[in-house]
Amino acid sequence: MTLLTATKVKHYFGGLCAVADFNLQLQSGELMGIIGPNGAGKTTIFNLITGVYRASEGSIRLRDVELVGKTPHQITALRVGRTFQNIRLFRDLSVLDNVRIAHYAQVHYSPLEALLHIGRYRREEQRIIDNSHRLLSIFKLEHLAGETAKNLPYGSQRRLEIARALAIDPELLLLDEPAAGMNPNEIDQLMEFIQWIRQEFKLTILLIEHQMKLVMGICERIMVLDFGQTLSEGPPTVIQNDPKVLEAYLGEGSIG
Amino acid sequence: MNTMRNPGWEWLMAQRWILPALLLIGFGLAFAIPEYNLLNKYVQLVMMYVGINIILTVSLNLVNGYMGEFSLAHAGFMAVGAYTAALLTQKVLPIADYPGLFPLAVLAGGLMAALLGLIVAIPSFKVRGDYLAIITLAFLMIVKSVIENIDYIGGPRGIPGIKKLTTLPWVFFWTVATIWVVRNFVYSKYGRGVLSIREDEIASDLMSVNTRRVKFLAFMVSSFFAGVAGALFAHLLQFISPRVFDIIKTTDVLIMVYLGGIASISGSILGAVLYTVLLEVLRPSNFAALVSWLPDVIFDPLNQYFIRHLGVWRMVIMPLALVLVMLYWPRGIMGLREFRWFVPKRDLDAHHRHVAHGGSHDAPHGH
Amino acid sequence: MSEGIIYWLQQTLNALQLGSIYALIALGYTMVYGILTMINFAHGDVFMVGAFFCFLAAVYLGLPFVPTLLLTMLGAALVGVMIERLAYKPLRNAPRVSAIITALGVGIFLENFTLALAPYPKNIPALLANATWNMGGVSISSLQIIIILLSLGLMFVLDYVVYRTPVGIAMRAISWDKTYVPLMGVPLDLIISVTFAIGAGLAGAAGTMYGLAYPVIDPYMGIMVGWKAFISAVVGGIGNIRGAMIGAFILGGVEIMVAAFFPSTYRDFVAFTLLMLLIVIRPYGILGQPRTQKV
Repeated sequence: MTLLTATKVKHYFGGLCAVADFNLQLQSGELMGIIGPNGAGKTTIFNLITGVYRASEGSIRLRDVELVGKTPHQITALRVGRTFQNIRLFRDLSVLDNVRIAHYAQVHYSPLEALLHIGRYRREEQRIIDNSHRLLSIFKLEHLAGETAKNLPYGSQRRLEIARALAIDPELLLLDEPAAGMNPNEIDQLMEFIQWIRQEFKLTILLIEHQMKLVMGICERIMVLDFGQTLSEGPPTVIQNDPKVLEAYLGEGSIG
Repeated sequence: MNTMRNPGWEWLMAQRWILPALLLIGFGLAFAIPEYNLLNKYVQLVMMYVGINIILTVSLNLVNGYMGEFSLAHAGFMAVGAYTAALLTQKVLPIADYPGLFPLAVLAGGLMAALLGLIVAIPSFKVRGDYLAIITLAFLMIVKSVIENIDYIGGPRGIPGIKKLTTLPWVFFWTVATIWVVRNFVYSKYGRGVLSIREDEIASDLMSVNTRRVKFLAFMVSSFFAGVAGALFAHLLQFISPRVFDIIKTTDVLIMVYLGGIASISGSILGAVLYTVLLEVLRPSNFAALVSWLPDVIFDPLNQYFIRHLGVWRMVIMPLALVLVMLYWPRGIMGLREFRWFVPKRDLDAHHRHVAHGGSHDAPHGH
Repeated sequence: MSEGIIYWLQQTLNALQLGSIYALIALGYTMVYGILTMINFAHGDVFMVGAFFCFLAAVYLGLPFVPTLLLTMLGAALVGVMIERLAYKPLRNAPRVSAIITALGVGIFLENFTLALAPYPKNIPALLANATWNMGGVSISSLQIIIILLSLGLMFVLDYVVYRTPVGIAMRAISWDKTYVPLMGVPLDLIISVTFAIGAGLAGAAGTMYGLAYPVIDPYMGIMVGWKAFISAVVGGIGNIRGAMIGAFILGGVEIMVAAFFPSTYRDFVAFTLLMLLIVIRPYGILGQPRTQKV
């Protein structure tokens, strides 16, 4: 079943065409990668899907729901989660609060109940505290719940960001360069980890990555972008041998 | 969590029942003090101003500290509350026969201010930082000049002869109510939304926080209590005019917020008490009385060269003190920290929970 | 000429005079903002201190106009640099609000320090012989002309300094990037101090001219004028020097015209409502560039 469909999406910044005619069909449960050189429009595509930018033309649908024109929080509430290229945690807040905040759409009490701490407030708060702890323990961060996010080491911050994205209970998870700043050994672990959360949380994953090792290693399907254009699309073996891709992006013998 | 902690302090902090007990005693005293004149009238008056300033500071901290915006409109909301309440008690409500109607006037002042808070919240959807600061400043000036141009409410001359309905128990009640409600708001999903907007608004939106709704609520709660403070203020000072609520009034509250510390209720209480009390202590007669126990050899020259001139110099000393505080505590004395009794126990526990987790949810690794 | 046109011309002249004073102060706001992204709320009070320096130089030293102006500008520049070094520099890496609150504190300090030394409003003597000419019904005073021309002259000098000299290039480079530009040999602290000195010096000049145009000065005169100048800077696009000048003349024009055609109590209402609308419609001002946030 198709989860995400992008049809003829175009986006301009001023006069500059950042994304030209982007088309995508993402199947439910799939793990797909988007690669391309810097400035190819990869992150822009994530921003278009999550509503940070409004597509200049075209349509992006999650099942039957049109996403173009919706605000980020509306789209997130439709169970689309994401991480950021450069970590964007709530730096001065606690690890626990970072995860609790992402529960916003799933907490059901009215402003009045919040102001007076009555009604559903107690039960709902306890529920999300428990769920946050469950997520933190999965990511081995539970003992750091009271720590300020900015004091965490880099690796833990990356994990916390994924934990926070999972707290919105996503069906579709967008990972923006999850392996940035990691050594080959850490990338091996990350690959295993992405496969694991995919199973555990029944996710469809779309990821952007520069690390060929990761993309070729775990993605079932790869799309190559350059200058906002789709250059090629297919399983890793096809991409690896596509002369167009080799010429435009990979250069000689850079796979591995 | 690795820092050494004083066991005595830990024990004291665990005794959370002390806070409600203190509140109960405080309430009793708030009734007893004016009834039996336990303290002189001047001290009672200062206590009421302290309470009103706490209300203003805690409520402004919601927008300026927790949300990280820089609103200059607080005196404007205060003015709306003050005028609404004063008009009700002067012209509408039969307050002479039923003084018990006063809380209605205060509530109406708060609600009217909250309504205007909505209007300021709308530009905050589009505009942030310095530009929002300017919009709030413009709002304050507009409120002031609208009041100046309406003859029915006294124009620039203001409203004299307002009945003195603000009493110590009422101030105490509204102060506690403000602290309680703002604290409740902060420790809710909306409050966490407010915090996340301060940290990173776009990320906040992408983590499902309805930032518009959260901003609406924060501005409404903040301006509601500013209106309440204005209503109490009007019925204590017994005279209001547009000049009372100018930018200098806002600056006063800003100083109390940032002195006490951003995003901290206990900090706001501390800031309001410190600032208000210090300004009073530095009045020449008060300061002289305070150090009158000194032997004449010291007191006389001190009085001659220093205390007598304090009336002018105290407003020189106070801003210098503020600058020094900023240099040493850039986020204010209690910035981003909270006194533990103000944090709901559930939140406190949740941040320090060490539950041994079962193997079923174990990730395959940790990097 | 018809009555109406004469009235218009007269008011336009008044607007130019007010606008030039606002512009001189607005430049200081916008320069400091451009280089430190900090609103220097004490700047209006530096303007006030300038007016008092003018009073001191004219009354106690008995100096004529030109030395008074130069001394005032120098004195104000010194005050500006001192404020920057003592109060703002230690906070350069602190949260931005701390610097803003410090600036508010410095402003209140300046007001009350001046008040403690000068409890009563002061009168600035007429330093210039004021001739009034009547040109077809429009009365023009020599003072007005001097204020307008002198302000325009200072603005041209500043524009030249910022866009044509090495110091100006360094200022603009630092306003663009504070991390890497100093690594290329630009002396960060010196350039910031120079910026404050120029801004405060211009405020001092504004203080002198204000004192000549409206001779009664008091320690609180900087608050409202300062805010208005700040608004001018915002209207023009804060951080943009030419924008600040345009904004100041627009605000001066709006204020004078509203007061000329409506009851004068409507002045602030109209001015601030326009400001609010402008910011909502065009948040980055007339000449400012929108800042896009990278995601």
